[in-house]
Amino acid sequence: MTGSRTTFSYSPAPESRAVVDLKPSYGLFIDGDFVDTIDGSAFKTISPSTEEVLAEVTDAGPRDVDRAVAAARKAYDTTWSRLSGRERGKYLFRIARILQERGREFAVLESLDNGKPIKESRDVDIPLAAAHFFYHAGWADKLSYAGYGPAPRPLGVAAQVIPWNFPLLMLAWKIAPALATGNTVVLKPAETTPLTALLFAEVCQQADLPPGVVNIVTGAGPTGQALVEHSDINKVAFTGSTDVGKLIRRSLAGSAKKLTLELGGKGANIVFDDAPIDQAVEGIVRGVFFNQGHVCCAGTRLLVQESVAEEVLDSLKRRLGTLRLGDPLDKNTDIGAINSAEQLVRIRTLSDIGEAEGAGRWSPVCELPERGFWFPPTVFTGVSQAHRIARDEIFGPVLSVLTFRTPSEAVEKANNTPYGLSAGVWTEKGSLILHMAQKLRAGVVWANTFNNFDPASPFGGYKESGFGREGGRHGLEAYLNV
Amino acid sequence: MIAAPVQETQWDGIANSDRSLRTFLHGLPGVDRVGADQRAAALATRSIKTDSKAWAIDLAIQMIDLTTLEGADTPGKVKALCAKAIGPDPADQSVPSVAAVCVYNDLVGIAKEALGSSGVHVAAVATAFPSGRASLPVKVADTHDAVAAGADEIDMVIDRGAFLSGRYLQVHDEIVAIKAACTADGHSAHLKVILETGELQTYDSVRRASWLAMLAGADFIKTSTGKIAPAATLPVTLVMLEAVRDFRAATGRQVGVKPAGGIRTTKDAVKYLVLVNETVGAEWLDPEWFRLGASSVLNDLLMQRTKLTTGRYSGPDYFTLD
Repeated sequence: MTGSRTTFSYSPAPESRAVVDLKPSYGLFIDGDFVDTIDGSAFKTISPSTEEVLAEVTDAGPRDVDRAVAAARKAYDTTWSRLSGRERGKYLFRIARILQERGREFAVLESLDNGKPIKESRDVDIPLAAAHFFYHAGWADKLSYAGYGPAPRPLGVAAQVIPWNFPLLMLAWKIAPALATGNTVVLKPAETTPLTALLFAEVCQQADLPPGVVNIVTGAGPTGQALVEHSDINKVAFTGSTDVGKLIRRSLAGSAKKLTLELGGKGANIVFDDAPIDQAVEGIVRGVFFNQGHVCCAGTRLLVQESVAEEVLDSLKRRLGTLRLGDPLDKNTDIGAINSAEQLVRIRTLSDIGEAEGAGRWSPVCELPERGFWFPPTVFTGVSQAHRIARDEIFGPVLSVLTFRTPSEAVEKANNTPYGLSAGVWTEKGSLILHMAQKLRAGVVWANTFNNFDPASPFGGYKESGFGREGGRHGLEAYLNV
Repeated sequence: MIAAPVQETQWDGIANSDRSLRTFLHGLPGVDRVGADQRAAALATRSIKTDSKAWAIDLAIQMIDLTTLEGADTPGKVKALCAKAIGPDPADQSVPSVAAVCVYNDLVGIAKEALGSSGVHVAAVATAFPSGRASLPVKVADTHDAVAAGADEIDMVIDRGAFLSGRYLQVHDEIVAIKAACTADGHSAHLKVILETGELQTYDSVRRASWLAMLAGADFIKTSTGKIAPAATLPVTLVMLEAVRDFRAATGRQVGVKPAGGIRTTKDAVKYLVLVNETVGAEWLDPEWFRLGASSVLNDLLMQRTKLTTGRYSGPDYFTLD
């Protein structure tokens, strides 16, 4: 009726890349400066949505790590541990403000390097990263009131290894509490997403943070291993896979290093028959398709009460039909690229196993770009507890749907996993929410929402999802000598 | 999303009593306010540019119910509004006409004459608008007046007092009676039912009132009179769109939606279209099924339209104030 078009198709609305100033190659950030490697090499970081090479990054060797740890030790001994909490807080507030001011730059770079949609990096990752610095800046001069004694002491040098799913946000989760409590850090970002950590190094310079308080070493597994096994560190914080977490814990056995691990998950999203269905469907989508499912606390197992299963699934499928997959820099993109070729293989393999085991596979009609790493939103129905897709962490946009009849069956199925990071409960009945929250063995239980984060709320796992908490008053403990 | 398409016979008992209506309406899935607000806010971040923006602007113009509902309305004011409704931009004949002109019922005749054969409808507010505080015979007479004067569409208000005190049957039967009064001399006016969501307050009530109006035969459900704050909001419109979607799935009958009041800018209007597009889809993206009750938004749409075609912004003085 209006012109030739009858459907509302959205024209491309790409966010400009001009705001990002990519260098051809990056050194390591040690002792307040970007330095060349001593015994490392170089690797390329690519954009997973196009496979375009973005920059060359240093693969740090053991001597580089040694140098970074020495810089952190010196900064700890001579400056950072001697500053008052109020002084430390000033730096953290400054960093938080700079992150906000340069938010667009960080968002575009994150989407380029990681493949996540710009609307998520812009509206979730970067604002939350800044919020973590603001939150912990507030704690810096109030540690005496945190419940850890009148004058809790820092640990020393923290070795921090973070994953590729929320590169800057995980950096903030690690660095903000460490600095607020008086520790210095050496951080290793994931090898597929090092760029925002390197841009963060520039922020440290801009904030006049004393040299050596924050050091960034890039590299792959061996660099991380050299870092966590270094003899002069006091604390290891790791977020990543359960397999690597186990290796780290083994290598730290017998040492005095304090350890916190935030590992995998297989979160259950439980929908009761009296749930607000439209919002539950949104929560399911947010739970498993947010960030392409690259979320350790993703709600990858949908447990839906049998009496509403059909209704919920119909609504979910209709809703998935509206998801827009494509260019991560387009402001209307809902689903971006899978972070790496390796991860794509894992998602494909597990999905094929799901199909072979007899679960029903469904995806909306969805055209995948030719270049880059892509996987369509996928729903498996008729899944049972015995299927591998109900047990293994897929870390991709793949949902397994199971049903239950009673609250106790829901609890039993939800808890029947080696993991215990997150769970969601959807019901209009408050008492049932409280009952379920008590029974579910998961570090986070969301009620009528999912994947909502706040720096004031502690986050962490049960069982093979790890130990220790990040965020909130509880998160401070991991960086204090208590 | 009512479990399965309900058979005709299953609808029969529902409107028998307050109790049966209550059982049905309170059995609808609840609405979580936080979640609904989040969903509406997320859709509001859609970035609609270039071609799609031009398309959306023209569609939004065609969906407008250009409204004047003031005590100070005069025949002159209404005639001027009608001229604007037919040709919103005297400087650009390619601008489409709006959907309807919405006035009080004593001005229907004036509007009807001014609009002539332009195709622009006349909508009249009736049933003791905006409060709805009158007896049923008065409301029916009010409606008869407007229909007799030639109104193509009737915008009635529900009795919010009755709804909030649980007298659902009364609300239902009033809508049925007004719907009957919309037909006169073989000419039948479309019935829009105003829920006045600002007074209902909760989204659960909005969903229930939407269903109640649709069960009683509403052709359109409309958010607000514009006399109560808040008027239309994105989340309230989202809840109503979900209701018409579910109602059609259950009964096969399609009902239109009209947010009214508080829509002032092109950005606002486009956000509503995105909401329609991603909640109920293309079938509702048509003036027959979706309207925007507004007046000041028209000039902003015209200004943005001119900007898109000429590449330049012009000042407000280049667009008529009627």
